[in-house]
Amino acid sequence: MLDVRLYLAQRISALIMVPLVLGHLAVMIYAIQGGLSAAEILGRTKGSFFWFAFYGLFVLAVSVHASIGVRAIVHEWTGIGKRALDIFTLGVGFILSVLGAWSVMAVTLT
Amino acid sequence: MPADEPMLRVSVWRGSGTKGEFENFDVPVRENQTILDIVSWIQQYADPTLSYRFACRVGMCGSCAMMVNGEPRWTCRTHVNKVASHDNSLTLEPLRNLPVIKDLAADLAPFFEKWVEAEAFHHPESTREDEIAAVDPESAERAGIDAAIECINCAVCYAACDTVAGNVDYLGPAALQRAWTQFQDERAGSKDAILDAVSGSGGCHNCHSMGSCAHYCPNELNPLIAIADLKRITAWRRLKGGSNA
Ligand code: SF4
Ligand code: SF4
Ligand code: FES
Repeated sequence: MLDVRLYLAQRISALIMVPLVLGHLAVMIYAIQGGLSAAEILGRTKGSFFWFAFYGLFVLAVSVHASIGVRAIVHEWTGIGKRALDIFTLGVGFILSVLGAWSVMAVTLT
Repeated sequence: MPADEPMLRVSVWRGSGTKGEFENFDVPVRENQTILDIVSWIQQYADPTLSYRFACRVGMCGSCAMMVNGEPRWTCRTHVNKVASHDNSLTLEPLRNLPVIKDLAADLAPFFEKWVEAEAFHHPESTREDEIAAVDPESAERAGIDAAIECINCAVCYAACDTVAGNVDYLGPAALQRAWTQFQDERAGSKDAILDAVSGSGGCHNCHSMGSCAHYCPNELNPLIAIADLKRITAWRRLKGGSNA
């Protein structure tokens, strides 16, 4: 049950995620050179506005993208009505953004 | 029939509405036999109460489609030797994703209602005072329309589509494809009405682009081209603020 608005939201969030995924992978590969430690990662992210914005945007894009994707699957599998589906979509988006924002704050705020 | 004649073991769905069961028939093998020949043989020689639908027998009318071994096919042009399993057995059922009237006859009303819902019909706007719209047969739009209007309304793609199976409101490949040809047509009006109709909660954006429709279409049409184009056109229209749909 996707209309053109949800379709666009999902496509645009995917476009936003493309460079972020690539950046995330590149930093992962860079970061594990010479071992991986929590202190090293936190040393990079704590107090960094850049990483706060990078992962903050990532979390928002994922929340939009994933909640619409899960909406399509749940609708086709269960056939639940539009109202329930709208509430479900918002719920998934809300939970993902809260969990994501929590993690982003934990690793970037000092 | 001679006792040692080779036979096909055919399981046929019998029943109406949601109730029914398979019934087995033994049908003699013939050369160049089609699935429709099998069904007709059963009706003429084994059980005259068997219901099914056909008209042209040459792949023109689109009325004979059924599920053959679980896959949607036009039965008048499907040869048995292409689809029978090596133990010479066949399973025949009414088209998927549609209500059953009786036995092998599915009710195509929901399929055609969605053509209307998708505004997949001609919207004449000009009067006799207007210039006749010029149609350039060489243009890319016209080439696309020429291919897509070969649709015989058989509902094979509709039966093949998993999105239709999971989403009762989804307009389906054939209706969207016809809406697209109407939209592309130089002579048609109400273009916004067409785009609104294909942008709703059962519209083109629900298509998963896996292409079962194109894979099974007996006329080798590709509704995916039309659906992808509708997605693109409606998305840009929305981004430019041209609609609230
Ligand atoms: S490509 Fe789209 S319309 Fe075609 S079968 Fe798949 S979901 Fe249905
Ligand atoms: S697009 Fe192909 S499969 Fe679908 S109704 Fe038309 S002819 Fe049949
Ligand atoms: S009977 Fe007309 S298409 Fe098969």
